[in-house]
Amino acid sequence: MAVKMSYSDAINDAIRLAMRKDESVILIGEDVAGGAEVDHLQDQGAWGGVFGVTKGIVEEFGRDRVIDTPIAESGYMGAAVSAAATGLRPISELMFNDFIGSCLDEVMNQAAKFHYMFGGKAKVPLTIRTIDGAGFNAAAQHSQSLYALFTHIPGLKVVVPSNPYDMKGLLLNAIFDDDPVIVFEDKTLYGMKGEVGEGFYTIPFGKAEITRAGKDLTIVGIGKQVHTAMKAADQLAKKGFEAEVIDPRTLSPLDEDTIINSVKKTGRLIIVDEAYPRCSAATDIAAIVGDKAFDYLDAPIKRVTAPHAPVPFSPPLEKLYMPSPEKILAAFSVMVGDKVFSAV
Amino acid sequence: MQTETQASAKDMTVDTARWIYTKMQEIRQFETAVHDIFAKGEIPGFVHLYAGEEAVAVGVCAHLTDNDSITSTHRGHGHCIAKGCDLNGMMAEIFGRATGLCKGKGGSMHIADVSKGMLGANGIVGAGLPLAIGAGLTAKVKKTNDVAVCFFGDGASNHGTFHEAVNMAAIWKLPVIFVCENNGFGEASTFDYAAAADRISDFAKVYKISGETVDGKDLAAVYEAAGKAVERARNGEGPTILECLTYRDFGHFEGDTQSYKDKDMQQKAVTDDDAILRYQQFVKEHKILSEEDIREIDDQVKAAIEEAIRFSEESPFPGEGEVTTDVYVSY
Repeated sequence: MAVKMSYSDAINDAIRLAMRKDESVILIGEDVAGGAEVDHLQDQGAWGGVFGVTKGIVEEFGRDRVIDTPIAESGYMGAAVSAAATGLRPISELMFNDFIGSCLDEVMNQAAKFHYMFGGKAKVPLTIRTIDGAGFNAAAQHSQSLYALFTHIPGLKVVVPSNPYDMKGLLLNAIFDDDPVIVFEDKTLYGMKGEVGEGFYTIPFGKAEITRAGKDLTIVGIGKQVHTAMKAADQLAKKGFEAEVIDPRTLSPLDEDTIINSVKKTGRLIIVDEAYPRCSAATDIAAIVGDKAFDYLDAPIKRVTAPHAPVPFSPPLEKLYMPSPEKILAAFSVMVGDKVFSAV
Repeated sequence: MQTETQASAKDMTVDTARWIYTKMQEIRQFETAVHDIFAKGEIPGFVHLYAGEEAVAVGVCAHLTDNDSITSTHRGHGHCIAKGCDLNGMMAEIFGRATGLCKGKGGSMHIADVSKGMLGANGIVGAGLPLAIGAGLTAKVKKTNDVAVCFFGDGASNHGTFHEAVNMAAIWKLPVIFVCENNGFGEASTFDYAAAADRISDFAKVYKISGETVDGKDLAAVYEAAGKAVERARNGEGPTILECLTYRDFGHFEGDTQSYKDKDMQQKAVTDDDAILRYQQFVKEHKILSEEDIREIDDQVKAAIEEAIRFSEESPFPGEGEVTTDVYVSY
């Protein structure tokens, strides 16, 4: 049975299901409940996270398992890492992924490396939930999409859900995974409604979804850019080109096979990624395809990304900054030759 | 090893006294051996030796069980030994061999044995402080009676993680003991230069928790203060900062010329003020162990360290496939 649910509610639902299933699952972060020890709240949560995503969870599970932390990212992220290593399954919320600067050591040097450095004898079943994404006029320190930074680091798994159904299944998979996983929640998708499976289900990592089949072009969209890719594909279809759109769902592990097999069929690849272009997921995927499917390519690989610039605040500037269906079409027109494209 | 926390050191049992002396000697002889072997070029990478600070690790760990956790520093060999890590496995790890505690993939700065509650030496200064909070949080959520001990240096006390961790332990009343090994130096800078505070334990007052500074060269002083701190933690009375004033006999790392050290202070540290010599005097004075007991343990430890070196030298290096195993539990 499927139910209609928002991306935000899918997260809330997944966390509750996980906490009901396993007592070792805890939720920890800044104001994940909010209002701790405020008498008149009588232990009701004030916020449920800055966007209200975890609202109501403290009422069901209590403050022993839903833990509001001081604004001290190093401290509570390090605590979550070690709580994971000593027997809990923490879901640690890093409010905005931009705040990673305050706790990168705990993620990069501690969580990611315990299993390897300790010869496979320690496990860190930690899930970090964090908010990314531009398009909210939140400016340069609250709008980045830093998934590439984590994809770079061995030992971490990186999840970029693009819709409510995937979010629930991927988040549940993350919580019960024995490795540290970072799940990116695009803030502009929180209100997105979609069909979500009822009850407990998981979606395995490293399995991309082909969201649209096509033979003329492969478009890989990262996170919410899958939707931009779909819009571009609709417009291309009107011009007689059938684009295949792929949502990788996870960047680490990455389902290389699905992407490569698609490119072998279409001969063309555009990667749409709102993150910075240098050393990015888009660049990584381009390199992998260049390496493993070069002979199948009919045109250079194109990346439609943000420019190498911080995210601007002013709404018109931010709009210019982001990938768009028009930018994807422009890239495609270069790939097939302007003449051919305009003739269609 | 878990001993009676309330007992004063002079009332410790013979078994406890023997365990303590054995561990202190194991650390001293282990580190001296590593120092010598490193000088011959037979140990790869960086090593940071714990010799001189034995009374701290052993005096604290005497009160812990395998279920209690410790976090450590890059100067972690002493903590590992005091927490019960296998000497052969430790030495082989430092030699980079497949039989090492971490299969040769961690090395000196990352020796760990979670089955003993040893959550790893750590190459990042200050990283162990939040990790100890996590172990304390697990104990609290799971309602066990376990405690977490965070060993950290005076250098790490200037790090933000110290304040974040102590504050969190205080507001959540976690069973965590922050053991500051104040050896007077953070790398090549003195404590007096790098820290504005006179005493690390002074921060306890600000965070409204228990705090104490003891002579970290005096096993009895550390043992008694740690016993009280562990007891408070187990009783739900929250965290403690226990500052132990000590001295590292060797450099920050092996190969350090130590030009920043005062020669007289160094000499005093390895003679009159030596932790092992002082403990020998203590156990003899209180008639807990005899000179004969001491010599017997010295010899046993000597044989154990020789065996650890032989074991390591004869152990194979890890196989080629190990480069990419253990990155993930599953991928």
